[in-house]
Amino acid sequence: MNSLKTMKKSTRSNLVTYGIVIGFYVVMQLLVSGGMLSNSMQGMLVPICTYVVLAVSLNLTVGILGELSLGHAGFMSAGAFSGAVFWVIAGVNMPAPLGLALAMLIGGVVAGVFGFVIGIPVLRLRGDYLAIVTLAFGEIIKNVLNAIYLGWDSNGLHFSLSDSAALNLEEGGEVIINGAIGITGMKKASTFTAGIILVLLTLFVVLNLVNSRAGRAIMSIRDNRIAAEATGINVTKYKLMAFITSAFLAGMAGVLYALNMSALAARKFDYNTSILVLVFVVLGGIGNIRGSIIAAAVLYVLPEMLRGLNDYRMLIYAIILIVVMIFNQSPQVVAWRAQVWEKLSTIGFFQKLAKLKKQSKGEA
Amino acid sequence: MALLEVMNVGIAFGGLQAVAQLDMKIEKGHLYGLIGPNGAGKTTVFNLLTGVYRPTEGDIILDGKNITGNAPAKINQAGIARTFQNIRLFDQMTVLDNVKIGLHNQIKYSMWTGIFRLPGFKDKEQQMEYQAMKLLKIFDLDKEANLPASSLPYGKQRKLEIARALATNPKLLLLDEPAAGMNPSESEELMNTIKFVQKEFDVAILLIEHDMNFVMGICEYIYVLDYGRIIAQGTGESIRNNPKVIAAYLGGD
Repeated sequence: MNSLKTMKKSTRSNLVTYGIVIGFYVVMQLLVSGGMLSNSMQGMLVPICTYVVLAVSLNLTVGILGELSLGHAGFMSAGAFSGAVFWVIAGVNMPAPLGLALAMLIGGVVAGVFGFVIGIPVLRLRGDYLAIVTLAFGEIIKNVLNAIYLGWDSNGLHFSLSDSAALNLEEGGEVIINGAIGITGMKKASTFTAGIILVLLTLFVVLNLVNSRAGRAIMSIRDNRIAAEATGINVTKYKLMAFITSAFLAGMAGVLYALNMSALAARKFDYNTSILVLVFVVLGGIGNIRGSIIAAAVLYVLPEMLRGLNDYRMLIYAIILIVVMIFNQSPQVVAWRAQVWEKLSTIGFFQKLAKLKKQSKGEA
Repeated sequence: MALLEVMNVGIAFGGLQAVAQLDMKIEKGHLYGLIGPNGAGKTTVFNLLTGVYRPTEGDIILDGKNITGNAPAKINQAGIARTFQNIRLFDQMTVLDNVKIGLHNQIKYSMWTGIFRLPGFKDKEQQMEYQAMKLLKIFDLDKEANLPASSLPYGKQRKLEIARALATNPKLLLLDEPAAGMNPSESEELMNTIKFVQKEFDVAILLIEHDMNFVMGICEYIYVLDYGRIIAQGTGESIRNNPKVIAAYLGGD
């Protein structure tokens, strides 16, 4: 316990974050093995991990680097398709964990390359302009993937932008990406365990990056670009570093998502997906990694929980989003919360809580 | 040879000649002042020296190297550090981390070492921590090390900016109105700190300041700027009695 106290605040806070994820994993595994989790909820475990990774990685761009990106789904799809193609061609014949890991690595690298290529022109822009251009790139990636036909036979890979017949596959050749229909008939590979490992890996990369020399340089650009330059920080280099890391992780999340389904189509990775992830980041707190995890998990499951409300589902969902936003961000409500907290802390039970809260303050 | 040689530097924004025919010589380890009425172009001179603006004419030589037109980060790495008139700290980061950013190019390790905590990470971080705390102690900021920079009172924010600039190990330090908004006792204290820094770090300092007691108190040599041109230069005494300077400040012909 003593060593826990002398530990650096940031280290302790990070351990709590890892703890939350591992705790979630253990509880879910217990619920599944006890048969207490409905089928639809079980089906959501991998997507939850996907969206947690997406939210944490987007937070690296939005919260840590301080640049608004609306094209996160584009990186996700670039990773998803490249990883899935690898899986169909080679991964299926490997042991599942190895195939999945390699597919993720390939998806991450491809998305990272996209991040680099897009980042060079895009990161010269700031604010709204950057948001608009990233949005456009996300849509471009989606539309290009919609038009791609890819197949393979004994001669190797065949590629076309017109239709599957133009691939000229020989007898026994297989179409992998069939234009807007995408990839079909995939063998699933993603598991909840793999998802949690990816979440932990993402946290490891992002949290360690933030608490290092490079991470400080990235944050200094967010806080004051002009001062960062005057202090000798290579702004372009560190902006790209954050952007590429963010894209790499989104690509890996895309593979996790793709290999959880038997069919993969590009239209799933549209503007709405990018915005959804951004909503998780904003509501969890910009720059707050732990908040992103919780917001992504809760807000992803919420529509499912509200299914009983039928037609009013999305209305209630929207209202909840607004209320959470006001509760977290509005200065008046934040002040009111502090007042209520003060009053409550005269009562014995809440006094203990207040002590705990004080200890964890400033760690978020 | 002088540490910094500014030769015939000028900049025009469209038709407006903001600075013209600027000649300055700054020797190693000495303390210089740059004064002039409002709008004379003092901060523009700083922006020219640090690469924020690219001169439309002339050359800037630092330690024998031509740095004219280099990017700000490169100029900082070459050895010129600065503070800003309107304080520019990394607000959301701690006081300590602000200084660690200053040490960015002094103590280096790669991104991979940072992410995977490879050997060397701990050692380098400890070095950074040690050096940053040493600097903070000089500016009496060590007790606030873990507070966010934005929570510091104004005077301490100014000091933190100087500490951050010094962390980059400059040969020349540019201070843009370091005593602005300070009361007499605070600016007296700052004067002593600046003198101490000049000796301790053996750094040349060029400062812009409106407080004449401050400038006359510590600067060994003073440049006076008016309408973007140097109208007088010399020791405090000679400046004080220069009719051109008096005219520039008080009007007249």
